[in-house]
Amino acid sequence: MNLERILAVVKARNREFYRDKAGLSWNIAMPVVMVLGFAFIFSNPDQDLYKIGVLGEPSNVQQATLLEVRHVQFIRQDDPAAAIAKVRYHRIDLLLDLRAAPRYWVNASSPNGYIAERLVLQALADPPSGIERQEVTGRALRYVDWVLPGVLAINVMFSSLWGVGWVIVRYRKNGVLRRLRATPLTASEFLTAQILSRLLVVGIVNVLVFAGTHLLLGFPMRGSYLALALVFLAGAIALVSLGLTVSARIRSEELADGLLNLMSWPMMVLSGVWFSLEGTNVWAQRVAELLPLSHMVDAARRVMLDGAGVADVAVEIGLLLGLGIVLLTLSARAFRWQ
Amino acid sequence: MSSLLQVERLIKDYPGVRAVDGISFSVAQGSCFGLLGPNGAGKTTTLEILEGITDADQGTILYRGAPRDASYNQAIGIQFQHTALQDFQTVLEALQLFASFYEKHRALDELIALCNLGELLKRDTRRLSGGQRQRLLLAIALVNDPDLIFLDEPTTGLDPQSRRNFWQLVEGVRSAGKTIVLTTHYMEEAEVLCDEIAVIDRGRIIEHGHPEQLLHKHFPRALVRIPLRALPDRQTLPPDFEVRGEHALAATNDIDQILARLNRQSVALDELHITTPTLDDLFLKLTGHGLRES
Repeated sequence: MNLERILAVVKARNREFYRDKAGLSWNIAMPVVMVLGFAFIFSNPDQDLYKIGVLGEPSNVQQATLLEVRHVQFIRQDDPAAAIAKVRYHRIDLLLDLRAAPRYWVNASSPNGYIAERLVLQALADPPSGIERQEVTGRALRYVDWVLPGVLAINVMFSSLWGVGWVIVRYRKNGVLRRLRATPLTASEFLTAQILSRLLVVGIVNVLVFAGTHLLLGFPMRGSYLALALVFLAGAIALVSLGLTVSARIRSEELADGLLNLMSWPMMVLSGVWFSLEGTNVWAQRVAELLPLSHMVDAARRVMLDGAGVADVAVEIGLLLGLGIVLLTLSARAFRWQ
Repeated sequence: MSSLLQVERLIKDYPGVRAVDGISFSVAQGSCFGLLGPNGAGKTTTLEILEGITDADQGTILYRGAPRDASYNQAIGIQFQHTALQDFQTVLEALQLFASFYEKHRALDELIALCNLGELLKRDTRRLSGGQRQRLLLAIALVNDPDLIFLDEPTTGLDPQSRRNFWQLVEGVRSAGKTIVLTTHYMEEAEVLCDEIAVIDRGRIIEHGHPEQLLHKHFPRALVRIPLRALPDRQTLPPDFEVRGEHALAATNDIDQILARLNRQSVALDELHITTPTLDDLFLKLTGHGLRES
């Protein structure tokens, strides 16, 4: 491995990226537009409806009557921890647990929570001390806040897969690889340069998109910046390696495009970027666990929303890096210049 | 001259076709060696095997008398027939990129002057004309100051003027003592540039030697043609002539003698036409089909 040769290829590839104005603006504008779009679409939810999450079934008439109160939406919850998190982020105004002795969770900083609490207490007033109060704290979380870590992760995914996979197939088809092969540049030097260049691009673009959307929307960032950077770096390594594996031998851009789409779309849908997979098909959840994007989204969300640190997301970082190393080894062995 | 490159009994099979079928030759140091043949004759495959891009199924290649080792690709320069460079890159940046791949490289300003690229340094490589592009690709092939240079159909698709300009560059490279192996299907190119040629057809060398010697071996020096109407008496053809349509034709190694005879017979020489055979004619004779047919 010759560092000078690697850096020369990194430089050339970076140049190709930043001088391609159309591609560059698309790379940065797409995620920003996506985030702003979600912020706009979900900015005005139905405010005059109170949302109360319910765990378990009503066990007496009093409780059953409460669940029939008008202008309140009662939403069944299956996962207590997730439901409490929803109270924390104001996704529901109150959580009522009817599985044993009735208790409820409410967020002290939520005005709607206060009204919902009055309502519940009034309905279940008899006996007066028969209901246990639990308080959670947390500022309101908009849908866009929840979806943003996923949008950043999706941006990492597309940039990593296409920026390496598709580009190498294009180089192979148009003869750039053939020309490079006729020089002392080795395959491992070339591949290392492609990976480094793309990680640099993903890093810079992600910082710009993060800063830009933060400026415009002011979403929460509660955890460690280092943890978030490591999550995205590990995710980018895994996905760049996946792109390399796809591109190791094929020389048709159409085939490469098809294969990359085949990989990225299930990840888009099943990785919990747009909606939580809780309560969905068990098989879908199993498949999601196999997808690198799922782990990246999950870890990024925990860092940004729950304030997780490096140690809290070490498992996800480890999984993504492990996948990256396996795929890198495979693709380096399979790689052909032509 | 000692031989720089020795090639013995190369064989390369592709599914259903033997692209190279027992080719042997040697290239003298400082010479220009041409591989001639129609498209699909096996020239490019042979060249790729020599370049180390493709592996031969059988045969040996010796560079400076020894099998090629890892240092070989530091010592050779290649200009491919079809090469794309990375997008969004200027001429100077392309040269710098390729220069960085080699342990030692030629001074770029020297190379830029040699290949006449001075005015193009800041131009995007995608905006070069055909001739400019070939000059850049030649400069890239020369960037490591190689001893042995491979040019694969370097002037295909160029206009006549650009082609001649390119030949001048190649002449310059050769006169600097470099050894060149080129493929072409332009016979004129081979005649101008090559010290030695090998005519390849269907994967085999069917003739090889110095261009002029080959022509002498296979053809009389000249063809003399004269319209029948220029003869005083159509019935009595001068000796050695035969009728072809409206013309009388003679193949000869002694033009003076023919002209003297025609003079004696008072033949008007105004419309006399003398042609010399070309490598095109040679190829046609050797293979029975034209060079530019594939």
